[in-house]
Amino acid sequence: MQEDLQHFDEMLSSENGVRSPYFEYEKWFAAQDPVRLSKKSREAEAFFRRTGITFNVYGQAAAQERLIPFDLVPRILSNREWTKLSRGIEQRVRAINAFLHDIYNRQEILRAGRVPVQLIAQNEAYLPQMIGMAPPGNVYTHIVGTDIVCTGEGEFFVLEDNARTPSGVSYMLENRETMLQMFPELFSKIKVQPVSDYPKNLRRSLSACAPKNCQGRPTVAVLTPGIHNSAYFEHSFLADQMGAELVEGHDLRVVDGHIAMRTTRGYRTIDVLYRRVDDDYLDPLNFNPDSMLGVPGIMDVYRAGNITIANAPGTGIADDKAIYSYMPDIVEFYTGEKAILKNVETYRCSEPDALGYVLDNLAELVVKEVHGSGGYGMLVGPAASKKELSTFAAKLRSSPDNYIAQPTLSLSTVPIFVKKGLAPRHVDLRPFVLVSPQGINITPGGLTRVALKAGSLVVNSSQGGGTKDTWVLED
Amino acid sequence: MLGKTAGGLFWMFRFLERAENTARLVEAGFRIALTRSTDSETEWKSVVTTAAVKAGYQEKYDTFNGPNVVDYLLREKDNPSSVISVVENARTNARMVRTALTTEVWEAVNENWMTIKVLLKRPVRETELPAILGTIRQQSALVRGALHGTMLRNDIYDFARLGTFLERADNTARIIDVKYYTLLPSASFVGSSLDNVQWETILRSVSAHRAFRWLDEGDMASAAIADFLILDRRLPRSLAFCSAELVSNLNFLAEDYGERHKCHDLAENLRARLNNRDINSIFELGLHRFIGDFIRDNNVLGKQIETDYRFNN
Repeated sequence: MQEDLQHFDEMLSSENGVRSPYFEYEKWFAAQDPVRLSKKSREAEAFFRRTGITFNVYGQAAAQERLIPFDLVPRILSNREWTKLSRGIEQRVRAINAFLHDIYNRQEILRAGRVPVQLIAQNEAYLPQMIGMAPPGNVYTHIVGTDIVCTGEGEFFVLEDNARTPSGVSYMLENRETMLQMFPELFSKIKVQPVSDYPKNLRRSLSACAPKNCQGRPTVAVLTPGIHNSAYFEHSFLADQMGAELVEGHDLRVVDGHIAMRTTRGYRTIDVLYRRVDDDYLDPLNFNPDSMLGVPGIMDVYRAGNITIANAPGTGIADDKAIYSYMPDIVEFYTGEKAILKNVETYRCSEPDALGYVLDNLAELVVKEVHGSGGYGMLVGPAASKKELSTFAAKLRSSPDNYIAQPTLSLSTVPIFVKKGLAPRHVDLRPFVLVSPQGINITPGGLTRVALKAGSLVVNSSQGGGTKDTWVLED
Repeated sequence: MLGKTAGGLFWMFRFLERAENTARLVEAGFRIALTRSTDSETEWKSVVTTAAVKAGYQEKYDTFNGPNVVDYLLREKDNPSSVISVVENARTNARMVRTALTTEVWEAVNENWMTIKVLLKRPVRETELPAILGTIRQQSALVRGALHGTMLRNDIYDFARLGTFLERADNTARIIDVKYYTLLPSASFVGSSLDNVQWETILRSVSAHRAFRWLDEGDMASAAIADFLILDRRLPRSLAFCSAELVSNLNFLAEDYGERHKCHDLAENLRARLNNRDINSIFELGLHRFIGDFIRDNNVLGKQIETDYRFNN
């Protein structure tokens, strides 16, 4: 077994060997025949292909579908770790919704000088169309996927708040399904908190956010950009699991002041639209006029209070990487409590002092685009060549506002299954949070993404990352 | 149900039916080429004509021979009706309507696509052809089995069935259309080997050569074959069977939705001309004209279903 002593390994970094959440699992694993496990691993791949759990990679030939590699060693959290984590996430998500309501209405946090005005006013993610309105139940972020990393025993950091249209929840569900099929005996031995209620909870949570004037059981639909979108599998999966229609822009139009979908029996009103289309493409009349993916006039229906859009337009301002560094203040401002979860120290390159520091220490830092996502356009200093560093430094000097930098965290590792047995790989965690007027619901666990290359810190599926089933133990 | 979903289901099952029909045409052509050394060019040409892809074929090839026709009908990506194209289209439609399908049906269609993509990756050698055609047929049977065994009998099922029977009626009618002259009573030399081969090809193209032998006690005659393919309600690929299924599936929809449309009248009209009909009266009218009208009206019906149930807008 390969040991990597520099990093905290969630399975093995304990004075007595195996850390306690992994105790039972490790006993089971040690008794397994590696040949059988290899076979199981191939079976899992065939299962994913057959069920069509694939994603499309942007920039590659159209219609090319790839699997996200699945690793059969689970990532295990104790109930105690999870309780702390989920409390921290809940606090943060409450603050984010209060923040969104505030900056689109009274703007008290700006008046109090806790967040600079120009950071909001000049931000592309801040939508003037949302000013002065409150979505049903004051819920802005119906679904959040908070990215968490761990650097040591109980040391959790929030990396990103993903408050727009977080994806990956279908993998959380299918990974568990796969593990249950492959290793049923593990689940009778080890009590793991279930995740399978997510679709039911999602439907309930969305329904609870229906417009006030909606009569009877709200009609929920999932809006997808279409079958060529990288996350199409997830869109159809969630619609299917919720028993909701999966619609595209061209299925919808405004009928009598409501959004309606074209059915075999004429147009039928939709009350809640879980959209997986970005703000920009949502309404060609109000945003990008060239968009074919949205519904002309939906913003007017929304402002009239006749449809719920989940997540609300304009939530991107809350997970903007420039806003991120203010999150501890934001949490404190709205909840009156200290943030339970830590933020990663962040240098705002827009500030001259910070920029100087970042340029001097580029080789030790991770630099991200303020508006980027998916691991595109970022620099991992320690892994970059001299040439890459100098190219990036030039970009930084020419548009510093576009970047933030963070120290390279010593991310924890969890072993993956390889030919020789177990090998440590860096992981992160994306728990999924549902918000409604009835409360906040966080599915125990979430999606663990794992960098499959030894030493790599990039876990994004578009950059060769894989996933693991994530267990939260019952006690 | 979304209009788009109804359309996706309808086309998904048209494509699946077409894959099977094309494979069957290739099989019949292959068989006749094996059993008859002369004039296989005419046979392969009529296979291409029946598949309604002659223009596209002739853009690519000058002669009609086995390897070219087999490749064009099974593997050619530029041929929208090739097995590889329709299997892929069926799967794309299935992805689009994924929420309307059971896991079993989706997996069967997905596996159909995965299997056939591998099978048809390289040109098919003559020695492998029977096994490959067998697999294509078997994969279709798996999808059909999953459909019958797991889907609710609701509007989703009705649209799937409408696609199947519309495509099938078109296919059987085209088989007759291309070979109508061999079915005319005047052209018939009872027992002549030429006609026997032609008739057998026709029956094989609809997988009915064995059934026919059972039902007609081995006596092949042109009028009996025409009667069998056009009017026999027992044969699941006959025009009478397909049009009765179209009517009954449309009636389920009317009952379900409480609303009748123009397509209901068109379907009734299509069936009426096959009901209580004598094959001789069709010969009197002119077999070729009768079949030509059927193909046209069947197409019109398809378009009307599309409009009445708002597939597109």
